[in-house]
Amino acid sequence: MKNIVILGSGTAGTIMANHLTGDLPKDEWTISIIDPLKWHYYQPGFLFVPFEMYDPEEIRKPIEKFIPKGVDFINKEADVILPEENTVRLKDGTNVNYDILIIATGSDIAPQETEGMKGPCWRKDVFDFYSNDGAIALRDKLKDWEGGHLVVHITEMPIKCPVAPLEFAFLADSFFKDKNMRDKVKISFVTPLSGAFTKPKATAVLQHLLTEKNIEVVPDFYIEKVDGENKKIVDYGGREVEYDVLVTIPTNMGNPLMERSGIGDDLNFVPTDKGTLQSKVKDNIFVIGDATDVPTSKAGSVAHFEAEILLDNIKSFIRGEAFKEEFDGHANCFIETGNSKAILIDFNYEHEPTTGSFPITGIGPMKLLKETRMNHLGKLAFKWIYWNMLLPGRKIPLVTPNMSKAGKDIED
Amino acid sequence: METQIGGSSVEVTDEGYLKDINQWSREVAIGIAEKEGVTLADDHWKVLEFLQNQYKNGTPLTIRSVGKSGVCSIKELYALFPDGPLKKSTKIAGIPKPVSCI
Ligand SMILES: Cc1cc2nc3c(=O)[nH]c(=O)nc-3n(C[C@H](O)[C@H](O)[C@H](O)COP(=O)(O)OP(=O)(O)OC[C@H]3O[C@@H](n4cnc5c(N)ncnc54)[C@H](O)[C@@H]3O)c2cc1C
Repeated sequence: MKNIVILGSGTAGTIMANHLTGDLPKDEWTISIIDPLKWHYYQPGFLFVPFEMYDPEEIRKPIEKFIPKGVDFINKEADVILPEENTVRLKDGTNVNYDILIIATGSDIAPQETEGMKGPCWRKDVFDFYSNDGAIALRDKLKDWEGGHLVVHITEMPIKCPVAPLEFAFLADSFFKDKNMRDKVKISFVTPLSGAFTKPKATAVLQHLLTEKNIEVVPDFYIEKVDGENKKIVDYGGREVEYDVLVTIPTNMGNPLMERSGIGDDLNFVPTDKGTLQSKVKDNIFVIGDATDVPTSKAGSVAHFEAEILLDNIKSFIRGEAFKEEFDGHANCFIETGNSKAILIDFNYEHEPTTGSFPITGIGPMKLLKETRMNHLGKLAFKWIYWNMLLPGRKIPLVTPNMSKAGKDIED
Repeated sequence: METQIGGSSVEVTDEGYLKDINQWSREVAIGIAEKEGVTLADDHWKVLEFLQNQYKNGTPLTIRSVGKSGVCSIKELYALFPDGPLKKSTKIAGIPKPVSCI
């Protein structure tokens, strides 16, 4: 028997486990998946918790529920990968040997990377919403907050779901309007980027919305420290922004296991071929989802597209054949803009988001890069799609792993 | 678009980045730096050389990676190229604007 080991049972690892069980001959391959958690969180739901649009209970399910029968679930934390020995060593000292390893350990917030961020002010007036605990603490703060300066802040790129901070600012605008206290709250969006987003056409649309909603943008702000005592953030150029409530996206990093194994970059992401998803560490190690260093968005939709390509490539690898499939960086995300509306964007390594239409069976064509109610319903439907189609590894009709140009207003 | 910088004719993008690093020279760098309000001294050149090497090796550039390089700290980088240091320094180094921001 040969062993294929998946490290991490989040979005990407779970999808891969489901793909592989259906596809590899059971008498030749044992599939194992390693993860210490009890719960699988629907992370896109963290965005809605602070505004009480989702209850924390409704965005988590037992992790085991999604691991297919026949897959060996090892409910433990991995300590180190030993590529030369084709072994993963667990925290409790046991070794798990593999013929093929799939790294799917995701990314997590690292507030300790910024001076002063994780000080006494953490979760008192400095918050994140990229974790379950953070989203709940922020909900409790906003519940009876009397107003002041709300600063939404990105520490450094890359972050997972790079539009989430903008969505947070838009939803905050709606939230305080609904509570009839928008005039008591100043909202600022502080970012190390030169504008609202990373891609020019989408930035123009989003910038317009920010202005319309009276959200001030402070661009090119690269934070040096949080001065919790005086409630201000300071950048390396000496600029300062004062806050009453700071909602920050701390530095996002891969799991520290990469550093211990000597296979990560500066941010513990694993160097990966952006087309084949084979690691640059060793040929029998593949990487998927947020754990890679490939230059596309870190998003669940990306993990889903990558999974289909990776399945084919692993099968080629097992047969000793050349890789046939190349991932093109396809990403697809809904951007909540408040007032029950959303924007949909679809893009890849080469093509930035553009206008046009996008087909989704059962829901109908969605407008790209335009604010509509239909797109908002699409975003809410994503929760159902996530649990029922994405994680089980079902194909979503008409949505192909590589980006389709059909319906898009592409200039070249 | 074609323009004159530091005595030679070069191709630049709308934002003023060189389209071809082969058109870069010390004179061109001094010309771009002047427009950006930067007077180049030894410490600037060290950073520019580091950026060009990273670019040629295909390593993605981030402020963090410059800070960790040993060439200068992030604070020094800001002092050398104030307001958007990576944008300015890459422009002067004749390499594309970093896409460290996806
Ligand atoms: C606020 C927010 C909003 C988002 N919105 C969207 C959205 O609208 N659309 C979208 O597509 N995406 C969205 N995302 C992003 C999406 O959730 C992630 O990109 C996706 O979950 C990545 O999947 P992954 O499998 O790579 O990582 P994860 O799902 O994070 O899973 C990683 C797993 O690895 C395990 N692990 C880590 N280290 C170890 C170790 N040492 N040993 C064993 N196991 C380990 C962890 O326990 C975890 O279960 C959002 C994310 C956030 C935070």
